[in-house]
Amino acid sequence: MLDIKAIRKDFPILSRQVYGKPLVYLDNAATSQKPTSVIKALTEYYEEYNSNIHRGVHALSMEATDRYEEARQKCAGFIGSPIAENLIMVRNTTEAINLVAQSWAQHNIGPGDEILTTHMEHHSNLVPWQKVAKDRGAELKFIPLTSEQTLDLSDLDRLLTSRTKLVALNHMSNVLGTINPVKELGQAAHRVGARILIDGAQSVPHLKVDVKDLDCDFLAFSGHKMLAPTGIGVLYVKQEVLEDMEPFLRGGEMVKQVWDDHATWNDLPMRFEAGTPNIADAIAMGAAIDYLEALGMENVRQHEISITEYALNAFQELEEVTVFGPRDMSQRGGIVSFYGGDVHPHDIGTMLDREGIAIRTGHHCAMPLMNKLAVPATARASFYIYNTEEEVDLLVSALKATLRYFSKA
Amino acid sequence: MCAGWVIIMSTQGFDFADVDDLYREIILDHYRSPRNQEKLAESDLEAEGMNPFCGDEVVIQIKLVDGLVDAVSFKGNGCSISQASASILTDAIKGKTLDEAEALYFRFRDMMYGKSSSDDDADQLGEVEALAGVKRFPIRVKCALLAWATLEDAIKKHAREAEKKTSDKP
Repeated sequence: MLDIKAIRKDFPILSRQVYGKPLVYLDNAATSQKPTSVIKALTEYYEEYNSNIHRGVHALSMEATDRYEEARQKCAGFIGSPIAENLIMVRNTTEAINLVAQSWAQHNIGPGDEILTTHMEHHSNLVPWQKVAKDRGAELKFIPLTSEQTLDLSDLDRLLTSRTKLVALNHMSNVLGTINPVKELGQAAHRVGARILIDGAQSVPHLKVDVKDLDCDFLAFSGHKMLAPTGIGVLYVKQEVLEDMEPFLRGGEMVKQVWDDHATWNDLPMRFEAGTPNIADAIAMGAAIDYLEALGMENVRQHEISITEYALNAFQELEEVTVFGPRDMSQRGGIVSFYGGDVHPHDIGTMLDREGIAIRTGHHCAMPLMNKLAVPATARASFYIYNTEEEVDLLVSALKATLRYFSKA
Repeated sequence: MCAGWVIIMSTQGFDFADVDDLYREIILDHYRSPRNQEKLAESDLEAEGMNPFCGDEVVIQIKLVDGLVDAVSFKGNGCSISQASASILTDAIKGKTLDEAEALYFRFRDMMYGKSSSDDDADQLGEVEALAGVKRFPIRVKCALLAWATLEDAIKKHAREAEKKTSDKP
């Protein structure tokens, strides 16, 4: 069990008011808030040992290098990678996926090959594959959705064939909260000789993800959705795949030796980290992982199951509201997307905002999914470790009042 | 679970006094009963506008008689502000020349961007002035402007076509 009251005290922003009302922050799938320990890790770096890493011989540089590599170790431990060098520090999940598209897919996918993805991807796990398919003459295929917005795997044998070179999908949908069977899909992919990329942007912050257990080839995630600052994320790549990949960006840090007309590449993972990396934010991500590990990811998951179940039950009172995604909490994370009948999501968002309640409205960077759901947009509440059932009550009562306000009666 | 502070939050009322300036009665009325929805059998101007950020869509059609807007229609999908603004627009430009309609757009746009005084606007804008409250909600300004920007597109397209016709004449 999490001590929510104690947790809330660790997040300075949660005590602020918005339009004179206490902040109710329910937009965690967009970005999470940051605890004091993470903010402190940032200021400590800049106040005490700010310097460039991997090259300097002076004390500050060595200290910063140690702390940066320690953060990489923490990330590796957090996702169950035995080797820290299999983790590449990037800006975010989007950059991680683009790195795979450019450095692996462009060299390993050819004419007539197929990339299998799903109808519930964030644009960041779709648009890069559209480019690879176009550049390489490959075909994009999609796993469709069931009526409860889980993956419909009934036709998987037809979709996943010896032509498939990559299966790219999310572990948890940023719109539906659906948790996808990535381990089983990884096994199925490997049986036909395909690689699997998991977009872990929504899963890594909320449940225990173990790359050894999943046996995935690529895992991408962002720090900012898991208590860390923006601008830092991770791409995990399985060793045998990593050795085969072409560099992503070229320049300093990623080279071993450089001549007038050519260069040799640095060791892994620096080969993929050209230029001065985001040192401060990487170190702060280490602090975020310390915070989550102290809570225990099992406890984080249990809290989110409990608050999401509470929200789904409370939403049943609202007849005119459609809630998307599966009801079975073993297949769902702490994301509740809904459509308020006659009231447009944007109007709901503005009304709730004025009551201090922050939710997300729009297409959530998942326009093809909006088409499948036959809605222009949805409103989305998403939970994290500091959210309470009382905040869900506030959301539901403000939503009721909003629907009344706009009702045509 | 953490009772004390929460009880205070739960008793908070939802009077939405603050948003009344955004959702004025005229706006809600146009949203609930949009005007001029009937598709025109034939039109001289037509344009489609979209705001990809929130998925608002609007199509505007205009029929001219003797250089004046005789019939106008819109069809759309989106939030209350975008759709009410489109409905208000259709009423507002009826009987006007395209130059006058365009001038109304410029005046409205200036108001949304805070470039004009509200006293002037009240006189000149008529019912359109009901949208003045939107400017306090910057994220919603482009919802209010969508139909008007679409009107501007239609007018420009019409002018280009008219110019082409003139220059094509032998």
